[in-house]
Amino acid sequence: MAEEFWRWTESRWTSPEVDWKDAKIITAGVDVGSVSSQAVVMCDGELYCYASMRTGSDSPDSSRNVMNWALQETGLELAKIKYVIGTGYGRVNVPFASRAITEIACHARGANFMYGNSVRTVLDMGGQDCKAIRCDDKGKVVQFLMNDKCAAGTGRGMEVFADLLNVPINKIGELSLDVPEEPPPVSSTCVVFAKSEASALLRQGWPKNKVVAAYCSAMANRVVTLLERIGVEKDFAITGGIAKNIGIVKRIADKLGIKPLKCDIDTQIAGAIGGALFGKALIEKGKA
Amino acid sequence: MITAGIDAGAKTIKAVILRDGELVGRSMVPAGFDTREAAERAYNQALADSGLAREEVKALIATGAGRKEISFASDTVTEVGADARGVAGLFPSARTVIDVGAEEGRAIRMDESGKVLDFAVNEKCAAGAGAFTEAMARALEVPLEELGEFSLKSTKAVPMNAQCTVFAESEVVTLVHAKTPKADIARAVHDAIADRVTSTVRRVGITEDVALIGGLARNVGFVRSLEEDLKLKLLIPSDPEFTGAFGAALIALDTKRV
Repeated sequence: MAEEFWRWTESRWTSPEVDWKDAKIITAGVDVGSVSSQAVVMCDGELYCYASMRTGSDSPDSSRNVMNWALQETGLELAKIKYVIGTGYGRVNVPFASRAITEIACHARGANFMYGNSVRTVLDMGGQDCKAIRCDDKGKVVQFLMNDKCAAGTGRGMEVFADLLNVPINKIGELSLDVPEEPPPVSSTCVVFAKSEASALLRQGWPKNKVVAAYCSAMANRVVTLLERIGVEKDFAITGGIAKNIGIVKRIADKLGIKPLKCDIDTQIAGAIGGALFGKALIEKGKA
Repeated sequence: MITAGIDAGAKTIKAVILRDGELVGRSMVPAGFDTREAAERAYNQALADSGLAREEVKALIATGAGRKEISFASDTVTEVGADARGVAGLFPSARTVIDVGAEEGRAIRMDESGKVLDFAVNEKCAAGAGAFTEAMARALEVPLEELGEFSLKSTKAVPMNAQCTVFAESEVVTLVHAKTPKADIARAVHDAIADRVTSTVRRVGITEDVALIGGLARNVGFVRSLEEDLKLKLLIPSDPEFTGAFGAALIALDTKRV
């Protein structure tokens, strides 16, 4: 079978510092996106464990699989989790969730936890959509704009490119920065047409890194347009899978003139973290 | 009077030879990577088809996205101009032209003399062009040429949520996995592209009669979906992809007659 260059690394993690047995309130957030699914468990508002994997064709199955994987070898059972919030594109198809909350709200809330309460603008670059969110110091959404109609500027578009160029998706960012000077961006917006354009550039003898740079530059332009429509206020953070692509992040920072905040937590789990935090807040307010 | 027209499209190059406005030769070749070379080949083949020599052609007009690269043409004309002239020559009653090619879709409104009154073009997004059906045929594992016929076997309309070609590909794969009959998915594919094309047509307004040209006019599934969407019967030439080249050759004739 041919190598799958688009395939990004699935992962799971358990905190070495938190023990669920000591927790008073255990909540979870399950973010079923169109491309990836994440489950996060939080103990008293602290990140305890998570899993991130590719979404299958069936949302309920995907939500169960990712939750089971997150809980694997922790000794924690789903029944012990007080409140589960479903979020993301498939949020209404999480059978064990008590409530569904939109991914916009969850990403803003999650970014507030991950990057601190100084975050005012969040760019969530997901698998099949891209959202620019303005939020307050509590992580509450003030305004947002999203593109969910077109693959340009989304993770799925990047996957298509990884396959076209035979470059593993997690190497794209690095490779795109390995150019003596920034080439002009790919001119087609549509991913389908950009693919033809990239093929033509390769035929003209452009090295792969230069083509990758031209595509990353076009993608950064695309999302910067979205950000400029909503207005970027500092601090600024990027969440979602594309936040792991340094080629895109650096270009967005250069074009905006604003550096995004850095964070050690996996950027793909921001929505699920937000969900788990909303669960805790609902319990504390007696609304669970 | 012998005139010629060449239409250099994104995927194919078409050449036609006319004698006093009547088609006497034609040829279509893949555009490949060298437009000029492919155009040369299409032109020579069309000439061979007509049995005429290059010297006998009094005027050659080029159209299409790659028209500027055809340096041996006496002049160029936009796709909109060529389409309108071609349809006016074929269907004098037509007032609206819909042209759906490999990478572009356009709608043109014209008067009874074939003069263009308004037009709208989609060249930014593959969802309203042949590239969409091509990608979907691949996802369905149905040969592109059979996709239209195949979709007519559909018994049930299934909705497609995705507009974007890239997202629609994933959706088609999901539908296949969910055991949705492939004919129903093919039907959904044609409904989706007809939807996109219709929204372009509505921007110029729909005045009957309406002609459909371009390669997609050969796809009976797309034609059915578009006719249902527009609620009218479309005029379709027997060789719809040659209409632009035919129009360019007619314009070449017009210029010589003046």
